[in-house]
Amino acid sequence: MAAEVRSVAHEEVHTSTGLSNAKLGMWAFLASECLLFGALISTFLLYRGREVSGVTPQQVYDIPYTSVSSFVLLMSSLTMALSVAAIRRGDHYQTRVWLMTTALLGMVFIGGQVYEFTRFVQEGMTIKTNVVASSFFTLTGFHGAHVTGGILMLLSLFAMSLDGRLPTERGEAVELVGLYWHFVDIVWIVIFTVVYLIPAPTPG
Amino acid sequence: MEATREREAVVERAAEVHHPTPKDYVKVAVALAIATALEVALYYVKLPHALMVSLLLFFAVVKFSLVVLWFMHLRFDHPLFRRLFLAGLILALSVYVIVLAIFGVLV
Repeated sequence: MAAEVRSVAHEEVHTSTGLSNAKLGMWAFLASECLLFGALISTFLLYRGREVSGVTPQQVYDIPYTSVSSFVLLMSSLTMALSVAAIRRGDHYQTRVWLMTTALLGMVFIGGQVYEFTRFVQEGMTIKTNVVASSFFTLTGFHGAHVTGGILMLLSLFAMSLDGRLPTERGEAVELVGLYWHFVDIVWIVIFTVVYLIPAPTPG
Repeated sequence: MEATREREAVVERAAEVHHPTPKDYVKVAVALAIATALEVALYYVKLPHALMVSLLLFFAVVKFSLVVLWFMHLRFDHPLFRRLFLAGLILALSVYVIVLAIFGVLV
């Protein structure tokens, strides 16, 4: 009887904690990532109030443009959640549809970031212009690299599913990539508010 | 006796494992979109700096919590995952708030 009920609780696995080690590992990794992005955001905040020569990020921001990018990334979290829900139901077609949609939305975000960086460089702000620009490009570049890593994971899952190597029993792989993807989204929520929307203090 | 207790514990866990429906996810996404629109609107409204910063941070916290609790399932998952993530988050917040305060960024 216990075994029957156990099969109802999908999360119940045979480990000493009764929890999936892979999922615990992913949460531990995400907790450590909080420290990484915390350091990058703090560095930007430390430098952005300084008096520097050359163009600063605040002078070249295009808020309407970045708002659309932020919206795209937020919606990719919805499609990711729908993909996880689909694999739980055993609906592989829907899983693939939402995985690919999430990857495409991620690509739109990255394409937008590449365009934004190109425009900033054309307007005279490069990574070497001053410390504010350096910390800005480092922070947003690291985030972009994480999104790119996420896209590669999503495309791998899509290919595995097409190949029949992602059965419902291995649905946890989609959930783990989903956790990573949502984390990248929450980091952007913080970056968009703290870096783009909150005005920099006047140097002095 | 022991088997019954084990069964009860597993039933309890099964009841805890509740997954939101796609409809719930869409509702959360709509709330996220509205919060983002309000944030962007605030950027263009001329408000006192302290009020603007407080409101922007409030919306960021709301969006962050919605994604973590619903999309990442922390609201429904085992408490150990929540504690693990909160440990990293609180450690990061404490360390960097102290650093920023020392350098006078927060005052």
